[in-house]
Amino acid sequence: MPSPAVPTAWQAATVVAITDETSRAKTFRLRLERPVAHLAGQHYVVRLTAPDGYTASRSYSVASAPDASGEVDLTVERLAGGEVSGFLHDVAEVGDELEVRGPLGGWFVWDGSTPAVLVGGGSGVVPLMAMLRLARASGRPDLVRLVVSVRSPDDLLYAAELAGPEVTVVYTRRSPAGAPRPPGRLAAADLPARPAPGATAYVCGSAGFADAATDLLIASGWPATSIRVERFGPTASA
Amino acid sequence: MARITRGFTGHSRSGAGVGLPPGQYDTGTDWPVLTAEATPKLGTDAWTFTVEGMVDRPTTWTWTEIRALPGSTYEGPIHCVTTWSKFGMRFAGVSVDTLLDAAGPQGGATHVVAFAHTGYTTNLPLADLRDGKAWVTWEVDGQPLPTEHGGPARLLVPHLYFWKSAKWVAGLTLLDHDEPGFWERNGYHDRGDPWLEQRYQGD
Repeated sequence: MPSPAVPTAWQAATVVAITDETSRAKTFRLRLERPVAHLAGQHYVVRLTAPDGYTASRSYSVASAPDASGEVDLTVERLAGGEVSGFLHDVAEVGDELEVRGPLGGWFVWDGSTPAVLVGGGSGVVPLMAMLRLARASGRPDLVRLVVSVRSPDDLLYAAELAGPEVTVVYTRRSPAGAPRPPGRLAAADLPARPAPGATAYVCGSAGFADAATDLLIASGWPATSIRVERFGPTASA
Repeated sequence: MARITRGFTGHSRSGAGVGLPPGQYDTGTDWPVLTAEATPKLGTDAWTFTVEGMVDRPTTWTWTEIRALPGSTYEGPIHCVTTWSKFGMRFAGVSVDTLLDAAGPQGGATHVVAFAHTGYTTNLPLADLRDGKAWVTWEVDGQPLPTEHGGPARLLVPHLYFWKSAKWVAGLTLLDHDEPGFWERNGYHDRGDPWLEQRYQGD
């Protein structure tokens, strides 16, 4: 098991593919100059440098499962006024070289060997996708249960790849035609009824989503200590 | 050595950069919430703050008791390791000096583990909590500190990256050695000086 705590230096990464996931999210496949094994759930920092030396850095979760390709997928949602996400969406092209540092983070990680419930809101599904892909690639999809909450079908990342008995998609504003569940916020009934013994819950999304999801898990019997949370984005009130 | 990124010019730098540590950006009015745990339901009646370990007088304050201590404020920026900085913050609470002086640090104490009511921990050199550099705070911009930002009270060490400013803080343990806390065991730096970009272990 690689140690997630090992520091990594900045290195060059070449953009080898750019894929549209939704109207606001793209996946950038990067070939690393010096490949480092990552754990499902970890992230990279991407650093951009202007000609005058000004730099901007942001963290992006790895969406791909750990493998021997020497490449990683980073899915980037475009944020309003986002200095780095805007550049990546509007300017970056295949063949460009970026600077990256990683893989980073030793807490929000899953090693693929224990039961895990994954609860993602919006683009919070990205690090959970690495976990789902790892479970499927290693022949253990039974270990994971992924619940993704999105506003509408247009906001669902990896839509073509998600379908499976271990995945539930919750639509909060608009459901696809014929969906049995009416649109509505994530509820207890959308989550596994009880935690499996030794299971860990991974919750990723906005602060509001993460709080709502952890409240639901705790109410259905999950010990707070078995829940790992990754929040992003601003608070509702500044 | 950073390489220039093709096509990247960055946002306007007019007026920016003043007081901004390397690699940070000004988040403006947003105050992002970053926490690794479930947000606790922690009332002021259950909240306490303890100074223990290498001190002459281990001391615990209740909410009422700590609020009765002489007040102290901090006005200025905070810096998060995830690269945002927020300027013009106004925090009110009590200076950590007041709490340490009451407990009487022993001569051999060099480091501190700050611990939270959630089990979160973070380590700091004792010197970083001394001489007016650290607070236990319960008020921001004139309002009670919101739960998601660590209320009822959090540690405030604004000259270090903000994960050192433990939310829902429960106390300080003084030690004669450094002992990594939660994020520090998970790859983050033991000191976390934003001006030296001490983000990760080894920086």
